[in-house]
Amino acid sequence: MVLQFLFTGLTNGILYAMVAFGFNIIFSATEIFNFAQGEFVMLGGMLAITFNQILQLPMIVSLLVAVLVVAAIGGLIERLAISPVATASFVTLIIITFGVAIFLRGAAMFAWGKNPYALPAFSGEKPLSIFGAVITTQVLWIFGIALVLFGVLTFFFTKTIYGKAMLACNYNRDAARLVGIPARWMVTFSFILSGGLGALGGVIIAPISMMFYGQGLMIGIKGFVAAGVGGIGSPAGALVGGLILGVAEAFGAGFISSGYKDAMSMIILILVLCFKPTGLFRIGSE
Amino acid sequence: MRKRDLIFVILLGVIIFAIPSFVKNNYYMSILVFFGINTSMAIGLCLLLGYSGQISLAHAGFFGIGAYSSGILTVKFGLPPLLGVAVGIILTIMVALTIGIPTLRLRGHYLAMATLCAGEVLFICFKEMDSLTGGPSGLPGIPPFGIGSFVLTKPVQYYYLAWILALMILCFSLNLVNTRVGRALLSFRYKPLGSEEGALSVGVNVVQYRIKIFVLSTVYCALAGNVYAHFMSFVSPENFDMHFSTLLIIMIVVGGMGNIWGAVWGAGVMTYLPELLMAFKDFDILIYGVLLIGILVLMPEGMYGAFVQSLRRFAVKRQGVFDLKKGFRK
Repeated sequence: MVLQFLFTGLTNGILYAMVAFGFNIIFSATEIFNFAQGEFVMLGGMLAITFNQILQLPMIVSLLVAVLVVAAIGGLIERLAISPVATASFVTLIIITFGVAIFLRGAAMFAWGKNPYALPAFSGEKPLSIFGAVITTQVLWIFGIALVLFGVLTFFFTKTIYGKAMLACNYNRDAARLVGIPARWMVTFSFILSGGLGALGGVIIAPISMMFYGQGLMIGIKGFVAAGVGGIGSPAGALVGGLILGVAEAFGAGFISSGYKDAMSMIILILVLCFKPTGLFRIGSE
Repeated sequence: MRKRDLIFVILLGVIIFAIPSFVKNNYYMSILVFFGINTSMAIGLCLLLGYSGQISLAHAGFFGIGAYSSGILTVKFGLPPLLGVAVGIILTIMVALTIGIPTLRLRGHYLAMATLCAGEVLFICFKEMDSLTGGPSGLPGIPPFGIGSFVLTKPVQYYYLAWILALMILCFSLNLVNTRVGRALLSFRYKPLGSEEGALSVGVNVVQYRIKIFVLSTVYCALAGNVYAHFMSFVSPENFDMHFSTLLIIMIVVGGMGNIWGAVWGAGVMTYLPELLMAFKDFDILIYGVLLIGILVLMPEGMYGAFVQSLRRFAVKRQGVFDLKKGFRK
């Protein structure tokens, strides 16, 4: 029973961590909280389902196309809605991402209606049994893909010149521009990257949780909370924050009450903000 | 209060007290009551967004605290409505201080994070505390507002109540921003108009002002919530969710951040627009999204700001340019 909760929690936690990672990428480049991050997840899932179920494309093609399309949408949003007001105040930028989120939600409702859809599992529906806990094979896919992804992203940010350039923009934008980093394009690129990342999260989670137009809101909030718990801008923090939230939620729902499940993670963040506001993994204070 | 503001307040007051003799329809009357309620909240949020440069996503929740404390105390405990108002204010201040003090002490935008969570937690509490709040199906049978034997029953009476509250809040806020407090707020407002370091260096206690403004704006919401609960005689959690917090923010954006009159204007537009968009059912969010992005990208100073600017441009055209040495010239 405990193990079952743990697996459920970790699976959700991985998704939250991926959303939190997307938040961090955009925050690192621009200091914007992108409230449309959850909508990227929803769009990724919905598009993959559409390509696979309605257009009958092979699974791997639908997944890739869905991720690419959402990445493009991310870039487009930055070009159309963020970059014209790049010098505006934080409050304005945050509200614009709100507008984007509402718009994408409305557009998804327009395109797909209000019914939830499901994607078939990547490798059959037959469940596995591990130490008495029953899990679907999809869970293994989720863990595998997420681990590879975190590895690739860590490599990207610490070893490649593009990743380092993005981090440089975060540390000091003007200095980054002085050494020839195109800071404006780095912002666009961060939206593309985090759009793709969010979509990938949606794609791999779609087989185990139904997707519908309004799902992005809660996923986005949870991912945001995960980023806050771990420390905004910290990659390790995103992963640990996401997993803590997922597990806390699963156990909270199992042992306390399912009605308060969503409140668990919120209360954790409020506590973290009260006692260590910079998050668990961000050293120093602002 | 500046002289111009005073004239506008008196003008608004006259219009408000003249309206009931023209509008007899209960539907329009109730829209005007909501306009008054929303105005109170929008002014509070305007102070927070425009003057202290912080954003709150929990204002619908604070509105809910006001509404539910009125509802619960009168329905479940049979206490007089005024006590509900008092309890609503006290509870709101307590919640606001709990999340405001730790997060507003820091640089950066931790209040946005904390209020996002607080708003959700409040919404979940309204939904799950069945025995007190009536759960997801809501709390019916809230008695009308009254003091002693004087009880408000007709919509027009609530119209006066909502608007007297709104006018009081308007006067108080207009006074506030034109005093030492208001100038202090402007001094640390986001760049390029002010800077936190500059404000600190001349002895402005930035943190304390931020916390005070946040608490003040939540109290406005709680008061509006009290009026709402007694007017509707029914409250349910759906009225206090994220969607409503977003709607409040849209009011400020439509009106223009940093202008209290803009908040009044925004509240008016956003009270009537949902009624117009009824025909679109749930697709109204698509329109709200476009509205938010469009206004912020095309006219960041909001509809009211754009209106004021065009008036100014018109005046310049008619009277010529103002020159420091020579005065006006063509």
